[in-house]
Amino acid sequence: MGAAAGPLVRAVHDEFHGDLLEVSMGPQHPSTHGVFRMVVTLDGERIVKLKPVFGYLHRNHEKIAEGTSYLGSMPYTDRLDYLCSMSNNWAYALAVEKLAGQPVPDRAQYLRVIMAELTRLVNHMCLVGFLFNDLGTSFTPLLYAFREREKILDLFESLSGSRMMCNYQRFGGCRVDPTPEWLAAASALVNNFPRFLDEYETMLTGNEIMLARTQGIGRLNAQQAINAGITGPGLRASGVDYDIRKVDGYGFYPRFDFRVPLGAHGDTYDRYMMRVLEMRESVKILQQAFRDLPAGPIMDPKAKLRGFRPKIGEAYGRLEGPKGELGFHLISDGSPNPYRYRVRPPSLINLTLLEEMSLGHTIADAVVILGSIDIVLGEVDR
Amino acid sequence: MTDAEREELRRHGILLTSLEELYNWGRSNSIWPLQFGLACCAIEMIAAATARFDIARFGAEIFRPSPRQADLMIVSGTVTKKMAPLVVRLWNQMPEPKYCIAMGACAISGGPFKQGYNVLKGIDRYIPVDIYIPGCPPRPEALLHGLTQLQAKIRGEHLAGPDQAQHLRPANPGELPIPDYGAHDLEPPHNPARFSPPSLPRKA
Ligand code: SF4
Repeated sequence: MGAAAGPLVRAVHDEFHGDLLEVSMGPQHPSTHGVFRMVVTLDGERIVKLKPVFGYLHRNHEKIAEGTSYLGSMPYTDRLDYLCSMSNNWAYALAVEKLAGQPVPDRAQYLRVIMAELTRLVNHMCLVGFLFNDLGTSFTPLLYAFREREKILDLFESLSGSRMMCNYQRFGGCRVDPTPEWLAAASALVNNFPRFLDEYETMLTGNEIMLARTQGIGRLNAQQAINAGITGPGLRASGVDYDIRKVDGYGFYPRFDFRVPLGAHGDTYDRYMMRVLEMRESVKILQQAFRDLPAGPIMDPKAKLRGFRPKIGEAYGRLEGPKGELGFHLISDGSPNPYRYRVRPPSLINLTLLEEMSLGHTIADAVVILGSIDIVLGEVDR
Repeated sequence: MTDAEREELRRHGILLTSLEELYNWGRSNSIWPLQFGLACCAIEMIAAATARFDIARFGAEIFRPSPRQADLMIVSGTVTKKMAPLVVRLWNQMPEPKYCIAMGACAISGGPFKQGYNVLKGIDRYIPVDIYIPGCPPRPEALLHGLTQLQAKIRGEHLAGPDQAQHLRPANPGELPIPDYGAHDLEPPHNPARFSPPSLPRKA
């Protein structure tokens, strides 16, 4: 055999527990959200050990980027977390702009906020849909989520030419300026979005099965979450007020009025609620952005794309991605491609506490806990 | 019988067909794909199953979580060398007749990640691919187009005769060898019985 490590299910002996059963879930499994494997040791129905195994989607993103020009890596960032290409672009652009001291015009800053928040909507809707899939609702919430997602993707497509791999941001601005029609359509979509959220919540939030299956499951306290470096909605569900949009104030976020929702229990239910509340906040940000969008250039006239050679130095650019802190660390040796390129992926780091969260629960709960962490394997493995 | 005569009969409510046609018609309109995605392309595959694109129109909406119940493998996404043996194993577990669609640049050739040491340069090195869908990622419509092409291919298969379908030939191996993790690469790097690219003469 050789290929997959060991048989799928086997009995293991543990001197304290007697006979345990080791189950290998994945890498092909409908609820592992991609090519991810969990080696779960079970005592009866309870999980006593859980070992995440990844690397099934290791695509050498960082190494390829070190051999490519700065601009050439931009499309690869789309394929990191393939649900959120717009905000990935921005994180990378932030790092490069820091490295080169590149200013960004006001209009581009607003457009970036618009794209990032639309991406957050897409990501959070998909997460909720997939989470309910894992709970066994079989598709319906996901169908609703994808219905709305398609509308946003249509906007992305008409702007950037691609549905998923948008490749829209550039160092020093954005690639194309949206037309007034585009802005009107986007603004109408955003204004209608709360109606969809109400519909979605009516269907899901009070759902009895949902409450029974998620409350008190997969608890994470603030201490554990901070120590593990967890960021994003997963951290805020545990009650830690840490949002890079507020802390760092990158882009033009300080100009926007929005709240950072916080959870109290750090369980799966809180992590779900966090997403729903964040979507409502995103709508607020988007409405303000459409209202205040200034006229002007979308690209800094001095910005250089081709033949871009930053000075020797290093920079770390980060933003509050939908899944948490997405950062790019770049070291330049003055050549056209980065000397070192490193991604700080939220998915991978949020995954590190999967075992702690799942211990003592059943394997069906582990599936839901994994769903609530919100991982995309392209980012976990890179 | 000519097509015109057959059409004439059909108008009178008489359907004349061959067993082969009926059999292929049934098979081509009830394809059960394996619910299995590898990377970004898988999201577009999911989108193809949702209401807007609705793969159900082609009778292929029953995505099966188990390879035992599936007859179409849509390789949607980057196949890494760590994953390739498992993909071949899943393929082996699918019952005949079975088909494979390589969805997206990665599954076809490694795509944008071709330079990566860990990326398999195309799943056709190990598995016979029926339909290639280019794109990065291909749109859901492209997947549906690929699916209709596959249906056309299934409808053209013969039950008997010299050009009998592959899966009906006793000599055809149902199981393919699963590559192993070697010291540096997968062993063998490709299935020589399946994949034999022309060797390009290089100038000295
Ligand atoms: S072809 Fe493109 S979209 Fe599809 S898996 Fe490869 S990188 Fe992702």
